[in-house]
Amino acid sequence: MTKRTLAVPAAVLVVLALVPQFAVDLPYVFKDTLNTPGTLQLLALCLVFGGVAMTYDLLFGYTGLLSFGHALYFAVGVYLVAIAVTKWHWGFAVALLFTALVAILLPLALGAVSLRVGGIAFAMVTLAFAQAGSILAFKNPWGWTGGEEGFGTDYTKLPDAFVGILNTKNLYWLALGYAACVFVIVRWAVGSSPGHVWQAIRENELRVEVLGLRPYSYKLLVFVLASFLATAGGVVYLLLQTGPTTDVTTANFTLTLLVMVVIGGTGTKWGAFLGGVIYTWANQRLGDASSSHAVSSLPSVLRTPLQQPLFVLGVLFILVVFFVPGGLTRLGQKRRPRTLQRLQEAMQR
Amino acid sequence: VSTFVLLSVTGIGLGALYFLVASGLSLIYGLMGVLNFAHGAFITVGAFGMWFTESKLGGVPVWPRFVLGALAGLAVGGVFAGLVELVLIRPLYRRHIEQVLVTVGLGLATTALVVAIWGNDARPVPSPGWFGKTTTLAGAHVPNDRFLLIATAVVVLGALTAFLKRTRYGLIIRAGVENRAMVTALGVDVRRAFTLVFAIGGVAAALAGVLGNVYFTTVDPARGTSLLIFAFIVVVIGGLGSLRGTAAAAIVVGLVQQYANYYASSGLGDLSVVLLLGVVLLVRPRGLSGSFA
Repeated sequence: MTKRTLAVPAAVLVVLALVPQFAVDLPYVFKDTLNTPGTLQLLALCLVFGGVAMTYDLLFGYTGLLSFGHALYFAVGVYLVAIAVTKWHWGFAVALLFTALVAILLPLALGAVSLRVGGIAFAMVTLAFAQAGSILAFKNPWGWTGGEEGFGTDYTKLPDAFVGILNTKNLYWLALGYAACVFVIVRWAVGSSPGHVWQAIRENELRVEVLGLRPYSYKLLVFVLASFLATAGGVVYLLLQTGPTTDVTTANFTLTLLVMVVIGGTGTKWGAFLGGVIYTWANQRLGDASSSHAVSSLPSVLRTPLQQPLFVLGVLFILVVFFVPGGLTRLGQKRRPRTLQRLQEAMQR
Repeated sequence: VSTFVLLSVTGIGLGALYFLVASGLSLIYGLMGVLNFAHGAFITVGAFGMWFTESKLGGVPVWPRFVLGALAGLAVGGVFAGLVELVLIRPLYRRHIEQVLVTVGLGLATTALVVAIWGNDARPVPSPGWFGKTTTLAGAHVPNDRFLLIATAVVVLGALTAFLKRTRYGLIIRAGVENRAMVTALGVDVRRAFTLVFAIGGVAAALAGVLGNVYFTTVDPARGTSLLIFAFIVVVIGGLGSLRGTAAAAIVVGLVQQYANYYASSGLGDLSVVLLLGVVLLVRPRGLSGSFA
């Protein structure tokens, strides 16, 4: 990476890092002042999901792998650390090490199996594996996962700097650090030589094979990398919450990642990150807004759908797919002339 | 032995439910190459259509009420699915990823809308008392609703097979699954068949929703998604685009699930189905019927 490509992200990072120092009111954008724990918590969630969305974009946007099981690896980070410190009474550092090990071995094993098939079958196998994980979390084996409700993490085992409302600032910086790390790793990875092969696989896998490369090993590499980074995101997410819940294991969670990436724009520098931030923010704020006076005074035909953020986001998602095919980050870019597009479509027929 | 018979009939009954969902998915994928994530929404729409109609027919005797409710559910499901194809899928022809994404968004939004209107909790659905009674079969007391599930699935399989084999549209659909470009080149407008396949899939999914109401005795907004996931597994095991493969896979999945849940431990049934999918894909990546599109 050259200095110039790093200038904008570095500036963004500095601005974001200074956020907890400003007591600014942003009406409508946030409920409370910028540096209150509530707002910082929401911002931290936005940053975590921005980062996780980038890891999903590595698979979907850069390599063209449509995985429906990314939730599994995120959930591994959320659950494993919590189980290790709460149920097995391990120290935090040991729990982290163990989780990191699992975060490499698990996607290596499952990826090796599911990448034997491509396209839709791959989507289904990853979905099935994630479903298995979700069933495990729901069934509460040996009382470890706490079933549908989850359980509270034993916070005495967590580092003091990340416990308590007063330390939300630190959690915010942790989330920012996570998002920044993922950003740098993703930029570095897609610019590296395997990164070029990933994008070639997305464009034309057969051609990559004809060139004498084995797409399988490159796909496995990106699968393990994306899964590992997602697990790391799960750990940060756990620290932001009181404990793991089954929401993060479900197929719907993976679908929301897909929605984030597509809304922002697949395979772009900022798209997935922005998509994750916007989605998380909108999800939270729409939830707040539904209980506000402005919405509750609406007639019930309008009010009822607005109470469900997922409905609004689902509709927004469909609109983006229809009218902004490249995602929000491609909004300003020049579209290809329509005639050219038509010609290409006609030739494919 | 009686437990085994009960498990087997229940397993096949569950398989019947999976088949109803999976048959539509399989046909839609086979013909259009679209993996339809909105199929869960069709189930939900059908199930709630039935429940809503029944709740409006308070004074009507239980059997007509059930039949009317079921018919309303099917009609709503079919019309909804047809409209989805016309309005949302058709403008995106040739852009498969976008089509899948639209169905994902639609599935999320529809479920959320149903939750917004009727809440998250499962609600009881009244159905004729006969379904709750049991019939003795080889020493086992089998609840009658299992037979309803199996009979319906057999009828649907028969009707779909006859439709595909005997009618002009069936011919177009079968030819389209095999080679869509060729059918188009011969001057047949396959797009009308697309809408038809979606509507048929919608009716079948709504039927699964209605029968799910009977089998679980409640209507639940989350059921569509959970049935859909098993239907996906069934479709992949059976081989996408093959009706007979789907039927066979549905029975296998239903049986495996029931046996493992009873003989091993509760919850293991779902896991063993996932395991089965993994094994099948490794041994036969194209599914049981070998006709992976």
